[in-house]
Amino acid sequence: MSQAAAAPWFELQGITKVYGQGESEVRALDGIDLLIEQGELVAVMGASGSGKSTCMNIIGCLDTPTAGRYLFHGADVGGLDRDQRALIRRHFIGFVFQGFNLLPRTSAVENVELPLVYRRVEAEERRVRALSALKAVGLDGREKHTPSELSGGQQQRVAIARALVSEPSLLLADEPTGNLDSSRTKEIMELLVQLNQERGLTIVMITHEPELANYVKRRIVFKDGRIVEDRPVRSS
Amino acid sequence: MLLGTIWMALREIRKNAMRSILTMLGVVIGVGAVVTLVTVGDGATASVTASISALGNNVLMVMPGSDRRPGSSGATGDPLEIADAGAIREIAGLLAVAPTASKQLLAVYGNKSWRTTVSGVTTDYLPARGYAVEKGRNLTTGEVTAGRAVCLIGATVARELFGSGDPLGAAVRLGRVSCTIIGVLGSKGAGMMGNDNDDLILLPIKAFQRRIAGNTNVAMIFVAVAEGRSTSSIKQQIEGLMRERRRIGRGAPDDFNVRDMQEIIETVSTTNKMMTALLGAVAAVSLLVGGIGIMNIMLVSVTERTREIGIRLAVGALGRDVLLQFLIEAITLSTLGGALGVILGMGGAYAITQALKMPFLVSPNMIVLAFAFSAFVGVLFGYLPARKAAHLDPIEALRHE
Ligand SMILES: Nc1ncnc2c1ncn2[C@@H]1O[C@H](COP(=O)(O)OP(=O)(O)OP(=O)(O)O)[C@@H](O)[C@H]1O
Ligand SMILES: [Mg+2]
Repeated sequence: MSQAAAAPWFELQGITKVYGQGESEVRALDGIDLLIEQGELVAVMGASGSGKSTCMNIIGCLDTPTAGRYLFHGADVGGLDRDQRALIRRHFIGFVFQGFNLLPRTSAVENVELPLVYRRVEAEERRVRALSALKAVGLDGREKHTPSELSGGQQQRVAIARALVSEPSLLLADEPTGNLDSSRTKEIMELLVQLNQERGLTIVMITHEPELANYVKRRIVFKDGRIVEDRPVRSS
Repeated sequence: MLLGTIWMALREIRKNAMRSILTMLGVVIGVGAVVTLVTVGDGATASVTASISALGNNVLMVMPGSDRRPGSSGATGDPLEIADAGAIREIAGLLAVAPTASKQLLAVYGNKSWRTTVSGVTTDYLPARGYAVEKGRNLTTGEVTAGRAVCLIGATVARELFGSGDPLGAAVRLGRVSCTIIGVLGSKGAGMMGNDNDDLILLPIKAFQRRIAGNTNVAMIFVAVAEGRSTSSIKQQIEGLMRERRRIGRGAPDDFNVRDMQEIIETVSTTNKMMTALLGAVAAVSLLVGGIGIMNIMLVSVTERTREIGIRLAVGALGRDVLLQFLIEAITLSTLGGALGVILGMGGAYAITQALKMPFLVSPNMIVLAFAFSAFVGVLFGYLPARKAAHLDPIEALRHE
């Protein structure tokens, strides 16, 4: 692990993302340089529409930048094809989406199992791991419920369990505690900090709550598609 | 993984049960129609073949007249004579040569009467036509040459005139003749046109000609060919012989004809096979329409589930994982439809064959083919929607409302 820690986990060099053309052109990202190392716990903040989600999608190999270079573990993602990027997602990355993005009409536990299906994990082991992930986010007893039978906060926790179940090395979480009350938020944050410390899980977390900065070691602030602030946080 | 995907497809199908059933309906009807038609067709072929075979596979029929179409008298030539049968008997390799003439007559016994076919025959008639005596005895050569007033009756005639009583020794009146019954024939059942093979009375041909017909005409000569002899070569010999006897000049057409039962069986079964193939083609078209129905619903399903596809891609599904998922869903739909169709088609075929008193023959080949074909329909029409799903962009799919 010490060797891995030396190498940057991933690096963005002048990443730009432009939507639309001409009059309606939107520069969602405008030259982002960012280097994140193995085992970091980073909070990303910024106003709505500042490009946080767009940036996270590029980091997660879901989206491709209009310009710039993205090095994932030293490899240039720009040179990878669709399937290779899918394999990076499958084996290294866990997502918590802003809108949860759970499969409708599908039980919580099956939602959580989904990443394991594509990792070709056997059904029995899948079930065991999914149930323990649900337990970790405090959702045991709700595993048979479908998303429409769960509250917003519960859905969010299912999404977190789904991101963690495959034991990714990079967790990308878009406002993972946005719908939770303060005690739940505290629980989830403590879980993330614990995973970060014990397993060396690298976490990039978008948040609008400044108080969450207390849990992280580094804070990045976006404004109009640029990084305007990037500094370590002194833990309290 | 494959099993898991099939399982997933089944659950997806169940979630939309009503829609899935309607989607499958096209394939169900298509496969059901194919299975019914082919099974009924096979049964019809088998029953016709069986009833023709009941006449004897190796039987030739010599008839006056040149028309070759069965059941039509056409241009009539001079009638045949008993002497023709005697001449044919000289040909080597024959089991039996049976000249015969018939008439529809009312048979009367006591206060009962029954309209039946009365035929003048020789001792050779029973072996040539495959009849056996159940009670009593066959005609003797002496009775045939002398033209004695004795007769054999079929099972139907026995039942109608005597009920459960014993007909042996009784005298039936046929027109002006009174005939003593010397034997009852064993039952042969229904013939190919639904005619009753047991509704007949046989008496010596001389007696028939003299006392019933009032002429010496022979309507038909049945010739049974020995096992292992070629019916077509015997047929040629008979034709040659008859042309000579009837003094037909070189190049002039026959004024008689010789029918080969083997040929008729072949004609009937090829006709039936053609009908089956034709109906099968019609059914295949309906299967095609069913396939288009599946494609339509799969396309709708892909659009509806765009977000789901985005989620799957986001957690690491490859394009081909998604392709396989939707393809298997389509194949599962069409194969389920195929299975239902086979069941319904078999049921329909069973009902029809029972109603028409035909044999119900299940052809395993056809069932396998029906399954394979419906699965193929799934692949063919599921591929396009599945490919569409597999090529979705993950980000756009996730944003899809
Ligand atoms: N598909 C798209 N087409 C056009 N514009 C887009 C698209 N996706 C994002 N944008 C634009 O890019 C900008 C950045 O969007 P992004 O979702 O990254 O913001 P964000 O920082 O995540 O905001 P929030 O905090 O509200 O989630 C916005 O102005 C948005 O309108
Ligand atoms: Mg966002």
